[in-house]
Amino acid sequence: MDFMNTFRVALRALARNKMRSALTMLGIIIGVAAVIAVVSIGQGAQYLVQQGIQAMGTNAVFIAAGSNRAGGVRQGYGGVKTLTIDDMNAILREIPLIKQAAPAVQSRQQVVYGNQNWNTSVTGTTPNYFDIRNWPVQAGSVFSEEEVDLAENVCDIGTTVAKILFADENPVGKTLRVGNLPFRVDGVLESKGQNVTGQDQDDVIFAPYTTVQRKISGITWLQFINASAVTQEASLAAVAPITSLLRERHRIRNGDDDDFLIRTQADIADLANQTQSVMTMLLGGIASVSLLVGGIGIMNIMLVSVTERTREIGVRMAVGATEDDVRRQFLVEAVTLSMMGGAIGIVLGLVGSALISNFLTWPTLISGKAIVAAAIFSAAVGIFFGYYPAHKAAQLDPIEALRYE
Amino acid sequence: MPATTEPQGAGSGGNPVIRLENVFKTYDLGEIQVQALRGVSLQVREGEFVAVMGPSGSGKSTIMNILGCLDRPTKGRYFLDGVDVSRMSKTELARIRNRKLGFVFQQFNLLSRTSALENVELPTVYAGISPEERERRAMESLTRVGLADRAGHHPSQLSGGQQQRVAIARALVNTPSILLADEPTGNLDSRTSVEIMDILQTLNNEQGLTIVLVTHEPDIAQYSKRTMLFRDGKLVRDSFVPDRLLAREVLKSLPTVEEQAAEDAEQEARQAKLAEADTTL
Repeated sequence: MDFMNTFRVALRALARNKMRSALTMLGIIIGVAAVIAVVSIGQGAQYLVQQGIQAMGTNAVFIAAGSNRAGGVRQGYGGVKTLTIDDMNAILREIPLIKQAAPAVQSRQQVVYGNQNWNTSVTGTTPNYFDIRNWPVQAGSVFSEEEVDLAENVCDIGTTVAKILFADENPVGKTLRVGNLPFRVDGVLESKGQNVTGQDQDDVIFAPYTTVQRKISGITWLQFINASAVTQEASLAAVAPITSLLRERHRIRNGDDDDFLIRTQADIADLANQTQSVMTMLLGGIASVSLLVGGIGIMNIMLVSVTERTREIGVRMAVGATEDDVRRQFLVEAVTLSMMGGAIGIVLGLVGSALISNFLTWPTLISGKAIVAAAIFSAAVGIFFGYYPAHKAAQLDPIEALRYE
Repeated sequence: MPATTEPQGAGSGGNPVIRLENVFKTYDLGEIQVQALRGVSLQVREGEFVAVMGPSGSGKSTIMNILGCLDRPTKGRYFLDGVDVSRMSKTELARIRNRKLGFVFQQFNLLSRTSALENVELPTVYAGISPEERERRAMESLTRVGLADRAGHHPSQLSGGQQQRVAIARALVNTPSILLADEPTGNLDSRTSVEIMDILQTLNNEQGLTIVLVTHEPDIAQYSKRTMLFRDGKLVRDSFVPDRLLAREVLKSLPTVEEQAAEDAEQEARQAKLAEADTTL
């Protein structure tokens, strides 16, 4: 029997019990739709995370002042006073894997312009911070090295701050107040959007670190050093020499904890990717259980169908159908069922992930691979779970089958 | 080689289409073994019309299954058209059934919700014939049984006799060497039975189709040319039918469907009157 004819017979047999066929397909539909949606959302999340990590800067090595222990009370990162600008210069001098570095000191301050005010984070740094973080200005310029050296009251602001304080005005050249000090705005940074954890990265003000240290926070140490390695591999390789250099400089005895913390972009990217792929695999795994259940549903209904059509099978055998013919007929029927379910599931999965990305403003990446895999998988489910019933049909004795009531 | 039984004078026919040589069939039912056939030898020539008779348990169903290549003999040989089919594989037997045999069953065994034409087409589908040719042949076959105008009807829209005619058309569509009919009139009323026998006789007389018919009704066997009586797995009598009935003649003497209906109605009326009389008493 040729394939087209087999396929037509299969379609007709399925059309005969429309409700039953639809319900049988439902398992596959839900399974495939869930897998597609989960994978799309998972890949979207991964994309988001990667974007966020890219935003941290290329080949970034991030050094934070460690936690301080005062009588058993730990203070959290940035708490110790041992990380200094001299440490940073030493790293730049002694570790060739590190190309650039910028200090950071942070302080939350009330900022005022005209009759607007806002509470935001003021970060003191050097101009190369913006190179390391791939963060250019959209208007004006970045404050200069000289301004850092002289601890001048100048700043660059993020778009959120610009919007809140200046509304439609051009902030460049205007003077705002940080606490009680007037600061001239040198430039407005490009928007970076939210970071991985949903924080608004544009709600910031940057000023020379000297100014923040001396005039705002009144401290002499640093909270963070943002460094950048020559390559991605170098960022990982630099961790060990930086650690030993800093331990030596901070006179930490062997066996004592570091008083700083080093993270690289590669580290974070790895961790985030790992978390993401574990989540995606876990959810995908749960979704594929549904596919499995759908497959069992197909097997069940095919077994019922074989029993119901025992006489038909007998007649077909009597007029010349071989075992192969009968097996193929039922196999094609099962595969048709599962692939139709798969096709509907793919469409539903795509619609579902589009809806989710719409409602959650979460990007979903539709992966062609996932679609192809879903199609192949649903066909495989049909073959796997259809084979046993089909084989059972083919093994029927025509004499018995013809006598079956 | 054991001699095949054959009634006197049968040699005048054509070539032998069926030849059984000392065929045994044993069913192994675990503890007991049932000997359904115990050494059957027979021969059927081209153009014959044979009725296989016998009480239940006589082995007539078994002989039918073996002749129909649905089953293989345990011992002995079966030559169909001169080819030994007794040791063929299942797939080869399926091919033989497809090309050389046509089946007509008591239960008609048409596929439901499938048109008469498509039912007739079924054997051609497994013969690997092109769709156009399939339809042409099926239509031709339906015409032969006088049902060309019912090609699009489903079995549920046809009477029992019409369904059996569709089944005959299906059996003929691959131009088989033999038509095997297993109690073809078992589910039909007497007039329709004779109509079916008329079709079989016509096919036998006019086209020389070899027919083997299994029946337990002696009056149906009267339409064949030769009867084989089975008992306890053995062929006990093989003889020509002396006073062969011709279905066409018999049909003339039978009341038509309308007459029958009128008669039935009359009888019903009579009974109603009697019942009325009962109640008035």
